[in-house]
Amino acid sequence: MLYREAGEFRTSYPDDSQTFPIAFDKFRYYAILAVLFVGVPFIVNDYWANAVLVPVLVWSIAALGLNILTGYCGQISLGTGGFMAVGAYSCYKLMTAFPDLNVVFCIFLSGFVTALVGIVFGVPSLRIKGFYLAVATLAAQFFLVWLFNGVPWFYNYSASGQITVPERTVFGIAVTGPYTEPWAKYLICMFFVFVLAWLARNLTRSSVGRSWMAIRDMDIAAEIIGVNPLKAKLQAFAVSSFFVGISGALFFSVYLGAVEASEAFGINQSFLVLFMVIIGGLGSIFGSFAGAAFIVLLPVLLKNLLVGRLSWPTDIATNSEFIIVGALIIFFLIVEPHGLAHLARLFKEKLRLWPFPH
Amino acid sequence: MKLNVTVAALICSLAAPVAHADLVIPWLSYRTGPFSPSGIPAGDGFHDYFSLLNERDGGIGGVPINVIDCETAYNTQKGVECYESTKGQGSLLYQPLSTGITYQLIPKGTAEGIPIFSMGYGRTAAADGRYFPWVFNFPAHYWDGASIAIKHILDLNGGDIAGKKITLVHLNAAYGREPIPTLQALAEVHGFEVDFVPIDFASSQEQKSQWLDIRRKKPDYILMWGWGIMNAVAIQEAANIRYPMENFIGIWWSGSENDVLPAGERAHGYKALALHRPGKGAPIFDDLQEYVFDKGLAAGTGEHAGTVLYNRGAYGAMLTAEAIKTAQEIHGVAEITPAMMRDGLENLVMTEEKMAANGFPNFGPSFAVSCENHGGGGEAWIQQWDAHATEWKLITDLIQSDKELINRLVREDAEKYAAENNIEPRDC
Repeated sequence: MLYREAGEFRTSYPDDSQTFPIAFDKFRYYAILAVLFVGVPFIVNDYWANAVLVPVLVWSIAALGLNILTGYCGQISLGTGGFMAVGAYSCYKLMTAFPDLNVVFCIFLSGFVTALVGIVFGVPSLRIKGFYLAVATLAAQFFLVWLFNGVPWFYNYSASGQITVPERTVFGIAVTGPYTEPWAKYLICMFFVFVLAWLARNLTRSSVGRSWMAIRDMDIAAEIIGVNPLKAKLQAFAVSSFFVGISGALFFSVYLGAVEASEAFGINQSFLVLFMVIIGGLGSIFGSFAGAAFIVLLPVLLKNLLVGRLSWPTDIATNSEFIIVGALIIFFLIVEPHGLAHLARLFKEKLRLWPFPH
Repeated sequence: MKLNVTVAALICSLAAPVAHADLVIPWLSYRTGPFSPSGIPAGDGFHDYFSLLNERDGGIGGVPINVIDCETAYNTQKGVECYESTKGQGSLLYQPLSTGITYQLIPKGTAEGIPIFSMGYGRTAAADGRYFPWVFNFPAHYWDGASIAIKHILDLNGGDIAGKKITLVHLNAAYGREPIPTLQALAEVHGFEVDFVPIDFASSQEQKSQWLDIRRKKPDYILMWGWGIMNAVAIQEAANIRYPMENFIGIWWSGSENDVLPAGERAHGYKALALHRPGKGAPIFDDLQEYVFDKGLAAGTGEHAGTVLYNRGAYGAMLTAEAIKTAQEIHGVAEITPAMMRDGLENLVMTEEKMAANGFPNFGPSFAVSCENHGGGGEAWIQQWDAHATEWKLITDLIQSDKELINRLVREDAEKYAAENNIEPRDC
């Protein structure tokens, strides 16, 4: 009943290759966008922005980035935390070196800086594959965090090694620093998420994305049909790092406001993003969002439920959170090894037939 | 329909719970994770003291105290979540017990008008009240600690430590790096050599290579800025390389029973700074026993009472309670707001009489906070571990830090912070 596809005919190739070929999906997408851009900013408060929405958006960008590399191009990376650190520190250096440069450009530029670093650390992927590549990217993780801790230039020689974001405005409205309104914080993240998700979606169904998938599915076959593995893999590393770098820059400048490399961008964060991608669904844009939401929101939700509603002691609640989240991850992966995105896909297929399944 | 109800219930669960009228004091605890051995006793002490005030006196000025626990696991992001979820409940002040979270909350608290009380931790420059009106780190801060440790070494060497080698073993985080500029400045004044051995979060349980390095360098004294499991491992490693324990001095966060007990007899003689007295000697423990433990109201098991970190928590709670009383006196109302709380903290005068009246005679230094000085007097004792009696003993009188030098450094760092963030100083 929800999907009324009778009478929808697609008569040209562009019609057929749209992102949302079904009219209902398209309107639903526009409706969600309208709510997110026009509705939510009016009702969002500090708690929702800082503890729920902004973290989900920032982590979604990181998950999108890793999904391009791991999900679409098949290269396993454990360097996500390190690349986020590159984004954060280059954003900080750019913001303090060019105080008049608009923060939006700083964030984009830090994405490009991270892309360059990503290319450098992507070079080994031409020789080594699979788990061995994971170890090589692990080296990136440790090296980058060590670098940002060890070279005082990166944190402008501050006494504690912390970097603190200066206040910056967009159209006269503060978007970083402590005086930022929650809606401004949310909207700036939403802007980046929208642009990057649009970019990711269109990249992955372009010839570039198809060359990534060819490499992922069988690199020798891809090479035989004319895909240049050097180009495809390095492209994937560059684009992925660009995304991850932007998420790191937002993580530092908009979300937390002050970070410290070893704590904020440690190996835990790399695993966290990898889990998001695996749980959400490898090779799926929606999966990146679903995975990030699952990993970020579930602990908050359980905490509010167990401590806020049921008044459990905080330590028991926290330990239970680990048990419940862990059990749910295992449950989801057993029930649906292809991630939440596949679950959503099945659900949609059912809905299209409902209420008259064959 | 059923699904919709479930979804609605889940969304409601994401929203933070709402307020009610008490003196609300959030406690960002960590009872889980690698730092929980330090977080549990401190949290117990803090809770138990306020439970005592509620039971014995009916709160402060007749208003009951509601301590809200929020678990951070020493994680900065969770700390931010805790701050956001509790600030709407009328929170009077924040005590994060974590330097990393304190750094996050300094700008937020300043912008939203909620004081941050980081007792003996956090950002040292916050001691300059002209630039940090909402942040307090009395009775002594890290740079005082570094200076006090060096003064103690000076006393041991008859005032001359030129050419001595001093090594700082520190957690490679904002917390551990805090004393570095002070030690460098002090090294110039007194002519000793100083070098730094950072230990990462991840490797705090595995410090073999760092200690082999230390054994090779043979420093005359080792200072330590460690926390959680790192302390115990470092003390064991120091014992393994047979380093003379009496030359090994920790900051007040590296001087609890948890840190020395794992090394057993070999930790005998290890020294640490003391912000307050260790042990169960103070009369407050009789009241705690009568009103809290015997009634089954203890936050934990009560077994930690009298340990260094339990006393730290209780001492912090006592200072908080005194600041609330001060605020109530200044403003003449019992149910104070965060802004009044700030005035209370800023006008807090801790005297020996007040401490004795609270059941803490001679427990901590006497000091007065002022508009300009949010860092207190900068005094601490040195305590030494007696492994045979398994107790800490104070071995010196209160030592005053080199205030002239420290105040200059604090002012410089505060001015740098102000320049980066366009902050105008207040008139004091």
